[in-house]
Amino acid sequence: MSERETEAGLAESLLRRAAPDRSEFEDLVIVPIFAVVVALILGALTMLATNVDLPTIGKSYLALVQGSVGSLNALSETLTAAAPLTLAGLGIALGFRAGLFNIGAEGQLLVGGMAAVITGFSFPGLPMAIHLPLALLAGAVAGGLYAGIAGWLRAATGAHEVILTIMLNLIAFRLVDYMLRLPWIQREGRADPISRSVLTSAELPRIFTWLDPNLRLHLGIVLTLAAVLLVHWVLFRTKLGFEFRASGAGPDAARYAGMRAGLLIVIVMACAGALAGLAGANQVLGVLGRATPGFSSGIGFDAIAVALLGRSHPWGVLAAGLLFGALEAGGRQMQVSAGVSIDLIGIIQALIIAFIAAPLLVRAIFPWGFRRAAKTPKE
Amino acid sequence: MDVELRGITKRFGPITANRNVNLTIRAGEVLGLLGENGAGKSTLMTVLCGLYSPSEGEILIDGKPVRFAGPGDAIAAGIGMVHQHFMLIPVFSVAENVVLGVEPTGRLDRLDLVTARAQVRSINETYGLEVDPDALVGDLPVGLQQRVEIIKVLFRSAELVIFDEPTAVLTPQEVEDFFKIVRSLRDDGKAIVFITHKLNEILEIADRISVLRAGEIVGEGDPKALSEADLAEMMVGRPVSFTVAKAPFAPGEVLLEVDDLTVLRDDDSLAVDRLDLQVHRGEIVGIAGVQGNGQTALVEALTGLARIAGGTLRFAGGDITRASTRERHRLGIAHIPEDRQRTGLIPAFTIAENMVLDTYYDERFSAGPVIRWDAVNRAAARASIDFDVRTDSVFNAVGTLSGGNQQKVIIAREMSRDTQLLIAAQPTRGIDVGSIEYIHRRIAEARDEGDGVLIVSSELDEILALSDRIVVMFRGRIVAEFDGNDPGISRKAIGLAMAGATA
Repeated sequence: MSERETEAGLAESLLRRAAPDRSEFEDLVIVPIFAVVVALILGALTMLATNVDLPTIGKSYLALVQGSVGSLNALSETLTAAAPLTLAGLGIALGFRAGLFNIGAEGQLLVGGMAAVITGFSFPGLPMAIHLPLALLAGAVAGGLYAGIAGWLRAATGAHEVILTIMLNLIAFRLVDYMLRLPWIQREGRADPISRSVLTSAELPRIFTWLDPNLRLHLGIVLTLAAVLLVHWVLFRTKLGFEFRASGAGPDAARYAGMRAGLLIVIVMACAGALAGLAGANQVLGVLGRATPGFSSGIGFDAIAVALLGRSHPWGVLAAGLLFGALEAGGRQMQVSAGVSIDLIGIIQALIIAFIAAPLLVRAIFPWGFRRAAKTPKE
Repeated sequence: MDVELRGITKRFGPITANRNVNLTIRAGEVLGLLGENGAGKSTLMTVLCGLYSPSEGEILIDGKPVRFAGPGDAIAAGIGMVHQHFMLIPVFSVAENVVLGVEPTGRLDRLDLVTARAQVRSINETYGLEVDPDALVGDLPVGLQQRVEIIKVLFRSAELVIFDEPTAVLTPQEVEDFFKIVRSLRDDGKAIVFITHKLNEILEIADRISVLRAGEIVGEGDPKALSEADLAEMMVGRPVSFTVAKAPFAPGEVLLEVDDLTVLRDDDSLAVDRLDLQVHRGEIVGIAGVQGNGQTALVEALTGLARIAGGTLRFAGGDITRASTRERHRLGIAHIPEDRQRTGLIPAFTIAENMVLDTYYDERFSAGPVIRWDAVNRAAARASIDFDVRTDSVFNAVGTLSGGNQQKVIIAREMSRDTQLLIAAQPTRGIDVGSIEYIHRRIAEARDEGDGVLIVSSELDEILALSDRIVVMFRGRIVAEFDGNDPGISRKAIGLAMAGATA
């Protein structure tokens, strides 16, 4: 074989991908499964400690399963709850990838939701094909601009984005309270803070009513899946995504390579805010039909957990969003049929996160499924 | 005190860091321990210091086997180590640093600094260390800080002193002074272990040499009977060439012109002080100097990473004073940053991704907003072969490669595009001799092809081996210039300039 051929062969062999690392698979699949199991067990112990008897505990976990995946309606509820969590979670994951800890999804979600509601009740007579996309766009743009403020302050002054986004959350809460009492937003004839209703032409239509008219699942789930694909494409296929990941994984190296850190921070925050704003629009246009104080109901904070659980990977975020959606839908059922407080679901969610954040602990508890890891030397 | 290591093996899981090492260290003798990075020198010494216990084998002091449960036991047995990175508290005085952890106390547990100072002075006098016990450590130059570390070890009555790469941070003059101290310690009957990868130093100071390669002792000998080439061959396992082959020096027109450049640090102090410098095509200019004299700021100013407070930069005839980093990349300036793990590479990224870290936007690798990963991966495989990056897949994370291979990834990235000026900061710091040889050859080739090259290095040997012209930087200024092709060039004169002495 000539030297040229050998080299070509060598180049080909360098292009072969190594089989996925076993420990990577363990971290991505086995650890989360075990984490859920431990969380459920500890959840049961919590119930025992609060004088709930064993049969009720069994009944409540059964209700958890039934309420999340046990019926067509349960699945519809799970997916409906998963959509905004996933959308906002994608935004937070994008920030993580670029090395930014965006705590502001809740505020961005509120601002985006308000913009979507206002667009949604204005413009009567617009056809749906224009009105609905317009309302969604308004939500995304408003969320993006709101988060962009934090990004710009971070880039221009070096103020930390955690502080900035927390403060902007508080501002957003009060801003919504204030806006809901503005005469052109507040519903006519109402004294309490509640917005006018979104017009039908701006509603996210329910998509499975042909199966059962009670199914609440709406077009937002399709939007969510599209967002997952889009974020995946941007992160791993585009120049912009490469710059995001580089400035997250090696900020100094990214700067030395000529990437513009400040500009990237603003763009990442704006993208993250747009996704959170879309989550808000999804809620008001698909589920609530109007805005009330605190209509975000903590989705923006749960989304942080979703992004962490999903390892900031778009598919992981979708999986985590579905799990959290299932816990929410199942939790409601648990409260109804077993009379167990829905706060327990919060405890279980927190435990899942805690265990996933501590893979070594999970590996230590469960001897099965893990290859014994070799200790690495230090030198 | 004589110390013997007998059959020491140290394993970490499946990896053996030291295999059946036998070593004798005698009182009144300097043992030079030579080996490349990762050869197992540090692990062996941490075993001797009681930080690790050996998997097999034993340590004997004056013929009696000892067991160390921790570093405290080793210190009590009279073993002290001066680490490469000093463990000092800058806002404490010399005396306070020395007694830290073993403070002499008076009534009511009051710190007795009078005794401490007196003890520091007496150690000073015995070994000619000349360190003021009341000086703040942060105000001392690096060479004196190292002496504080030595005093600390002696204060704890060490009979065996281990020096880990002690000369890495010193100027040539400081090295001379340091060697004097080592000799006085030896003459006082201390046993000394001197760890290094620098061949000339070990030949000068050691009474006996042991060479470690891949965790095993591969050679021992008398420095009087050994040459640098012999030692290098033992260390690397094959003959090594020290001279870099270059074409005859034929400089072209001026490529880079630095005029009156001033760069400030974050605290507004002067990092680069009205500096003038020219680099011609086909010329390697080496910047010698002790670290911290403005070299980093100079390189950052040249590559568009630091704000320029005054002066102008011209490159290939155009003004680039205000050009961004990326514009300078595009004009043909390549940059090998001094800290490969932090500024040169992203360890968690794949080899392929790192190969295009500053060229991904190029039309070879992207179409519109999309990166053409197939083109990137192919180019990375090609470059890995061309630049001798030892790996089995371009999808491996760069962080899993050895230092030498990491550095070759940077070299491949910067030299496989069309450039005219190469700025290389510490291009071979902390990598194996084989990779150094390879990288030096590549740099010389770039110069032979007509590129201008600017090298910043704290290794004088590297500057001497490569440069056509050597300039010495001291406190942000160029204080001396030497002809690098002059066979009679004086290391001593360069060293004096590095220490700030005016010629």
